[in-house]
Amino acid sequence: MALETIDAAAKRGVLAVQEYALLSARALGNVFRRPFYRNDIFMQADIIGVGSLPIVILTGFFLGGVLALQSASTLAQFGAAAFTGQLVSFSMIKEIGPVVTALMVSGRNASGMASELGSMIVTEQIDAMRALGTDPLKKLVMPRIVATIVMLFFLVIISDAVGICGGGFVSVLMLGQDISQYFHTSYQSLEFADVFQGLVKPIFFGFIIATIGCFYGMKTRGGTQGVGRSTTQAVVWSSILIIATDFMISRVLIGIFGR
Amino acid sequence: MATTGAPFAQPQPRPPQPPPPQPSAAQEPIVVFDDVSIGFEQKPVLENISFQVRQGEMRILLGPAGVGKSVLLKLVNGLLRPDSGRIFVFGKEISAMREEDLFELRGAIGTVFQEGALFDSLTVRDNIGYRLLEEHVSDDEITARAEEALRFVDLEGTMDKFPSQLSGGMRRRVAIARAIVTNPKLILYDSPTGGLDPITSTTIIELVMKQRDVSHTSSLLVTHRIQDAFILAMHHFNRATNQMEPLPAHTTDPNTSFLMLHQGRLVFDGTTKELVHSQDSFIREYIS
Repeated sequence: MALETIDAAAKRGVLAVQEYALLSARALGNVFRRPFYRNDIFMQADIIGVGSLPIVILTGFFLGGVLALQSASTLAQFGAAAFTGQLVSFSMIKEIGPVVTALMVSGRNASGMASELGSMIVTEQIDAMRALGTDPLKKLVMPRIVATIVMLFFLVIISDAVGICGGGFVSVLMLGQDISQYFHTSYQSLEFADVFQGLVKPIFFGFIIATIGCFYGMKTRGGTQGVGRSTTQAVVWSSILIIATDFMISRVLIGIFGR
Repeated sequence: MATTGAPFAQPQPRPPQPPPPQPSAAQEPIVVFDDVSIGFEQKPVLENISFQVRQGEMRILLGPAGVGKSVLLKLVNGLLRPDSGRIFVFGKEISAMREEDLFELRGAIGTVFQEGALFDSLTVRDNIGYRLLEEHVSDDEITARAEEALRFVDLEGTMDKFPSQLSGGMRRRVAIARAIVTNPKLILYDSPTGGLDPITSTTIIELVMKQRDVSHTSSLLVTHRIQDAFILAMHHFNRATNQMEPLPAHTTDPNTSFLMLHQGRLVFDGTTKELVHSQDSFIREYIS
């Protein structure tokens, strides 16, 4: 009995991975096929990008601030408080900026995608769309993937910048550090590998957020309860995958660039 | 204005009514089911289903709730694929077509879903003109054709409303307007009167009949309401009075015939008279 349960669960897992891979591949293939649904891409970019701007700015600012606050006291023990700016910019650009921004966008948008598409599934709107001759993967999934990847890239840049400013705000106004020194050490220590690592990650994270959100939305079953389940699963799995992917990308890029 | 054809023609003044196309053996059927079976999670839902829908014909699919009627309808426009058997629509084997190719074919099929399935974030105009929007038809033409379709279903003045602002019956009428706006060659009705009050149901059935008798579109109508089926079989739509009227006694509409599902199998395929005089115990119980 237990073996049967394990067997069934394993089959469900493999099937889910297969369905996810197929949905992602078909949606990506649609990027290069007509019609392009430009208006839908811009609309999603507005919802995902502009809509997420306030939470990204707020979290970025306070993360930078708390990083400065925590690290300054530790660095001061070694007489290295002057390197607060370097530590904040390193952490924000390479790790915290991309990951936290992606988690924020995931919480806001992967859930939104799953619930919106899930509601459309349970009310037969997706079937109606297919019956009217429109491919939902092209009309609904592809614009969300493109918009999330593009907008997350810029959101991460904004988050990094705001985070460094937040760190500067705390360092200068609360810890009494020199503003010039803070920003000088912030950017001078950065190398191409650091910036590259920080900008590659949001591309993968954006893809994960959109495809997971759409995947759980499109496989919603069981009415409003099913929509709720899909929404939760979308946020949980996109968050897990973001952190796991972050580890893998970091490992690979550290292997390549040596830092 | 692009469409001024039969489906939305005004009742006054009336052009001569075109003769309804008579089904003939020579005509290629619009829909052919050949030994089709489908199941979900190891459970068979439909088994060895074979039937045809001919040009201008209305086939009414009867059966108890949950017997697989909606599944059968989704097989017709390729929303589901059969586990075995072949399905031909407009002479093309859709059970062997790729999803990408099906989108084009579905352009010639109008579908009215069980609950309407209107896009809740779009207005009535955009719902009706959805396919036209996708084809990049001009805004003026979309508005004109949506107005025309709304006139056909007696819902003028609702163009800018959202589905949530309409009653159940009105939503169903908008769904019919959306299905007929592109003059499809085949219309699929999935329980168009399900969950509606008797008066609204009659209005919807009258619209279905109007589409059948005015534009002679082939159709497949799913229902578990036997009274709706018999109204369709024993009435016709009079364009002069713009309402349905009973056919003379002991006559039925020649283009309307029945299919009946029971326990996943097709237990009846025939005319109204054959249905009424059937000796099958299930059919007799169902229609009594």
